[in-house]
Amino acid sequence: MTINALTPTDADMVQRAAQPVSRRWIKRLPPVFFLAAAVLLVVSIAFPYWGMVLEAPQYPGGLQMRVFVNDMTGDDDPRLDEVREIDGLNHYIGMKSLYDAAAFERSIAIPGLIIMVAALGVVAFWRRRWTWLLALPAVGFPFIFLGDLAYWLNHYGQNLDPYAPLSSAIQPFTPPILGEGVIGQFKTVAYVDTGWYLALAAGVLVVAGLLVRLAGTVSAAREQ
Amino acid sequence: MISQRLSSRLLLIGAVLVIAGVLAVTVSPKAITSAQGSDADWQTIAEQRGLTEADLRAAVMTYTPSGVMDEYVMFASAGQGGQVLAIGLPSMRLLRLIAVFAPEPWQGYGYGTGNEVLEQGFIDGQEILWGDTHHPALSETNGEYDGQWLFIGDKANGRVAVIDLRDFETKQIVHNPAFLNDHGGTFVTPNTEYIVEGGQYGLPLGGDYAPIEEYQNAYSGMITFWKFDREAGRIDYSQSFAMELPPYWQDLCDAGKGVSEGWVFCNSFNAEMATGGIEKGNPPFEAGVSRGAVDYLHIINLKAAEAVFQAGGAVDVRGFSVIPLETVIENNLLYLAPEPRSPHGADVTPRGDFISVGGKLDPHVSVYSFHKIQDAVAAGPTEKDVFGVPVLALESVLEAQVELGLGPLHTVYDDQGYAYTSLFLDSAVARWSIGAEGYRPQDGWQLISKIPVQYNVGHLAAAEGDTMSPDGRFLVALNKWSVDRFLSTGPLLPQNLQLIDVTRPGDQMQILYDMPITGAEPHYAQIIKADKLKAWEVYPEVGWNPITQSVDPNAVIQGTEGVTRDGKNVTVRMTAVRSHMTPEHIEIEEGDHVTWTITNVERARDATHGFAIPFYNINLSIEPGETITFEFEAKRPGVFSFYCTEFCSALHLEMMGYMMVQPK
Repeated sequence: MTINALTPTDADMVQRAAQPVSRRWIKRLPPVFFLAAAVLLVVSIAFPYWGMVLEAPQYPGGLQMRVFVNDMTGDDDPRLDEVREIDGLNHYIGMKSLYDAAAFERSIAIPGLIIMVAALGVVAFWRRRWTWLLALPAVGFPFIFLGDLAYWLNHYGQNLDPYAPLSSAIQPFTPPILGEGVIGQFKTVAYVDTGWYLALAAGVLVVAGLLVRLAGTVSAAREQ
Repeated sequence: MISQRLSSRLLLIGAVLVIAGVLAVTVSPKAITSAQGSDADWQTIAEQRGLTEADLRAAVMTYTPSGVMDEYVMFASAGQGGQVLAIGLPSMRLLRLIAVFAPEPWQGYGYGTGNEVLEQGFIDGQEILWGDTHHPALSETNGEYDGQWLFIGDKANGRVAVIDLRDFETKQIVHNPAFLNDHGGTFVTPNTEYIVEGGQYGLPLGGDYAPIEEYQNAYSGMITFWKFDREAGRIDYSQSFAMELPPYWQDLCDAGKGVSEGWVFCNSFNAEMATGGIEKGNPPFEAGVSRGAVDYLHIINLKAAEAVFQAGGAVDVRGFSVIPLETVIENNLLYLAPEPRSPHGADVTPRGDFISVGGKLDPHVSVYSFHKIQDAVAAGPTEKDVFGVPVLALESVLEAQVELGLGPLHTVYDDQGYAYTSLFLDSAVARWSIGAEGYRPQDGWQLISKIPVQYNVGHLAAAEGDTMSPDGRFLVALNKWSVDRFLSTGPLLPQNLQLIDVTRPGDQMQILYDMPITGAEPHYAQIIKADKLKAWEVYPEVGWNPITQSVDPNAVIQGTEGVTRDGKNVTVRMTAVRSHMTPEHIEIEEGDHVTWTITNVERARDATHGFAIPFYNINLSIEPGETITFEFEAKRPGVFSFYCTEFCSALHLEMMGYMMVQPK
């Protein structure tokens, strides 16, 4: 007996009803996971992925910088534009303006995320042998983000203007992507933030969805 | 026998103590300071420094650790310095000096910044570059300080200034051209509709000439009501008016509030209309003005005066609206009430129901009831002065007289129903009870206690003291003399502002702190709860013009800096940011007229840049976000190194440039 998936027959219904509960869940869960991952990715746009606090005596409370997938801002206090302020300080050591960093990546971030979300939608509802490949960008995204950030941090730290006021006092350096660093009188503390965790959670859900689906396929194959 | 032995032993002990004391003083004259820096605990240090329990109480009441904010801010006039001081309480730390009537280099005021404000205060084209600031007045809403504006009068030249408390800077100076001095100002009405500026010494109207022999007929007194436009943040000159008064030397005024809202009260001290002339064999002023038994409390119906002004009842004196004395009398705008001779102060109680007048040469404070004044006015006064101004009988308006001591001057109020009056001659502050409902009826009208102050106290200031709900707790005595309170710095001594704790009732008042004030004589002060002040941390936007309190259309944006020339007119557009000014080379020619705009594009708190050009007398303070434009004639050729005068950053010394003025 062949099962026509597009036109369910009574026999099909009977067989479905006869499936154990776990099998039913195995079928229903992956789309939920993929859609949830898509939602998390969309939501993550509104949250910073990465942040850094510069602490120095003359800035009580520190200077906080937040990096979104497509933007950079300071903290919530509207009185001071911290990114501008950090730029102002960075000019002493000859660092380029932060506003110029990763301009291309920031410009494609939102379209890229939209494509990833669309791909997850496809994965959720269109099962083919190869569709799992469409889910991979979403799994890799948080790590690609960090890798690109590391590239830019290194690029900025290593390419200091030799004619800057303090160029003789500061050697080229690589700012840490996570944890503490020291530049002059500034202590920097870098950390991944809410948006990145959301993207990571999305990736975990996608992986989980793929695994569940794989388990379903394997067990179905075994039964046959 | 025993008693003899005891007494000899006592004598011996006494002698040893005396010798030890002498040794202690001569051998270690710095015994007090030696405790400092020792590793002793605080009790030992207190003991070594000879601090009493009361001293320690004062210390813990005032000590404010680093980073902790004060609870109150006191705005004190700086007298002939022409400035205002902002002082934190209870620490008595000087927070800010505000330039008002005099150039002040730290703020660049008069050296390229605020010049147009100073120029508003010039009279008939005469440069006046100082003022005698007397009475600061905080703006009020419903009889409470609202922390938005501060006004201050200049006694010397009869001017009033407006200070914006968003940036603590002077925005406007006005002058009533009908008169040339003041004293009873500034005081505000409960919603700051008017700023009251009472004149002082009698003068011919409009600054004209009249022989002193014609004093009674040709000289006048004056009170000005400046209309404040809160929206614009400026005094509206066209809606302001003055009232001509008899030449009785009106002194201190206060605006009515609560029941007495719409009225204004001033004491006066020369009802004798003495004209001095000691060199001509006449009694000197000091004797002449004190000869009569009484002077006059002036009771002014401001509401009615406003109506008369609006109905066109004022005449034009040098472009200013003045209601002449005849019109004042015709419309019953002014009543007089006798007060003990040569008094001082007319201080309205928090509910607006009483007016306290210090006796100065009389040991009493005289308290007038506003209700009784209303009744006496309604009954119709029977007497008149020589000008025809109605005089209310003293017994019909007096509520109480409280004997306080010698030289009662000025009275302030607290939250416990007490009043405090400065006693100049006694060098003391008297606490007395207001024996009326709503105050301390249980105590009646009586002196409660006195506390000596050091020395010659003038005004008093109480926390939120001029509002309808004073806070009590802190009182500041503004002492004219400090004599032996501080280390000697030569014959010119500072004033002494003493912080007094008035929290505890009865006779428990304590002096907590002595603050020396140099630079001028603080005359009066007002104390506001610090959380009512909402000062900006930096100017709201880059390119801000503090005079217009908006972004300057000429503000310089980074990337658009440069020098442009139009004939002999050169425009310099410059930005300042740590640690450079752009451009750094300014090339101009001898004889050029230079218009130079600088924008400090910083947004960080405290990132102020100074800017100075040698020889040309230019010195600015450009706060974060501020734009300043100044002009000068490049009359001297040469090379001038301009630089940042405010130590802004590690590379502050490098923040400079050259102005090259090529000879013709």
